[in-house]
Amino acid sequence: MKQRQYINGLMALAVASVIFIVPFVYIFLMAAKTKQQASTLDFSWPQEWHFWANLVEVVQTRNYMLLLAYFNSTVITVGAVTLLVLFGAMVGYVLQRRPSAASRLVFGFVIAGLMIPPAVVPTIWVLQGLGLFKTLTGMILIQVAYGLSFSVLLFRSFIATVPRDLDEAALIDGAKPWQIFYRVVLPLLKPVTVTLIVVQSIAIFNDFTNPLYYLPGKENVTVQLTLFNFQSQFQSQFNLLFMNILLVTIPPLIVFIFFNRQIVAGMTAGAVKG
Amino acid sequence: MSARQRSPYPYWFIAPAAAIYIALFLVPTIASFWFSLTRWDLFTTEFIGMENFRQFLKEPQLINGLVNTVIYAVLTSGTKTVIGLLLAVLLTSGLYAQGFLRTVIFFPVLVSTIGVGITFFELMHPTKGALNLGLAAIGLPKVGWLTSPSLALYSVALIDLWKGVGLATLIYIAGLASISPDYYEAARIDGATRIQQFRRITVPLVRPATITVVTLSLISGLRSFDLIWATTKGGPGFSSDVLASVIYKQYQAGFYGLSTAGNVILFLLIAVLVLPLTLWMNRTEADQ
Repeated sequence: MKQRQYINGLMALAVASVIFIVPFVYIFLMAAKTKQQASTLDFSWPQEWHFWANLVEVVQTRNYMLLLAYFNSTVITVGAVTLLVLFGAMVGYVLQRRPSAASRLVFGFVIAGLMIPPAVVPTIWVLQGLGLFKTLTGMILIQVAYGLSFSVLLFRSFIATVPRDLDEAALIDGAKPWQIFYRVVLPLLKPVTVTLIVVQSIAIFNDFTNPLYYLPGKENVTVQLTLFNFQSQFQSQFNLLFMNILLVTIPPLIVFIFFNRQIVAGMTAGAVKG
Repeated sequence: MSARQRSPYPYWFIAPAAAIYIALFLVPTIASFWFSLTRWDLFTTEFIGMENFRQFLKEPQLINGLVNTVIYAVLTSGTKTVIGLLLAVLLTSGLYAQGFLRTVIFFPVLVSTIGVGITFFELMHPTKGALNLGLAAIGLPKVGWLTSPSLALYSVALIDLWKGVGLATLIYIAGLASISPDYYEAARIDGATRIQQFRRITVPLVRPATITVVTLSLISGLRSFDLIWATTKGGPGFSSDVLASVIYKQYQAGFYGLSTAGNVILFLLIAVLVLPLTLWMNRTEADQ
């Protein structure tokens, strides 16, 4: 029995490795090849290792556009995630602590936000009216609007585990509502906050569709947009294209290595009982 | 405490989030119903009634996008659910290197969809791609994964499965962990086979996870855009167009009213498919 499990495990390992690891090995090998060798697209060992040269060339392409893209993507991600934590926790807190008709109505809108696809062109129309179209601020606010539902749901279910006695003790001590939230409750939300930061950062950093619509223009490029545009520019330079893919894949890999547990917690929230 | 004391949980806590949500999500959604009835260039609108919708249901390439959206969503959602559950059962059975396998299967979920799309676009290259070279090596004919009109949509769905099945697996693993081992032990004592245990214990008791997986993957399948855009751009021809790519193409072409009508259709499609499904699944759960 033990031996059979061992053999089954090895077989599963072999199959899964081929299916799920080989594409990443392919990306890595392609990124290290010379232009000539990469153009055959085949699965082979690099004859010459051009890893560093390719890296430098990709970064320098189009006047260091990739660095600008990393900068923009970082600004959008950090800005949006900060607001998502703060505003999401505030809404989740009130919804959990104050059961009322108004709370139920708000909760309905939260669920709607998870299901309804954004109406693209009307959103551009609103952004133009507000003067936020093609701006990083506008992009941050869009990501907040689209990410709020997930954020509120996650905080709401976690806040249910924070005892109400704490709020009441603070209230008796004369704390204002804002102080109760900010000084008493918010610090206790650290585990779920880490989860939310990690999961939303990856989602926003990887987002392609929304910047495509709401952030066109050369000076506003994001990491995913740059990669997509390089696909047509590097048509004969697959080594550089795959180096770019590799660079885009590394940030989530690093986050995954350090925050594995938090990612799993965030992604499976609601799986056991929604 | 006096009767009319202010609540320690004031509604103004909702205000900042509500302002952003209303301005950038709710207002555009409501406005889309009006704009879908117009010919629109962002500055002037001309009311044309149901003309955009009529065009959507009449032009072959547009109705084709609608049909493809349903095929794609049902196919990706169904395969992710079934394979996700089987993988989760496999990966909780005490296999050798089980933790490592979970990691490997899950990692593609976190990777950029565009990066995955480009990688598979090259792996599926009709003559030089590694996939076809592999098929040729074992004596099978080459396949036009993304270049054959009858196959392109299914190839993209296959990539989607590769990228997304890890999430379904992860959700199912969490669901399986909440099933008490006592059930399995009782079943074993009664002489139930592995397959009977799976059908009579695992499948019914893992239902909350199933609801999550089906709903999540169906919604994301219906809205799917970036993977299709990174691999086929809806081609060859219009053979792998889905609603989201039609919406983008009409937007690029400047047909904003038509594009918005596509959005409204997508909204209605999600409402029609997902709402009854979740209601039904939650109802049958309550009956048990």
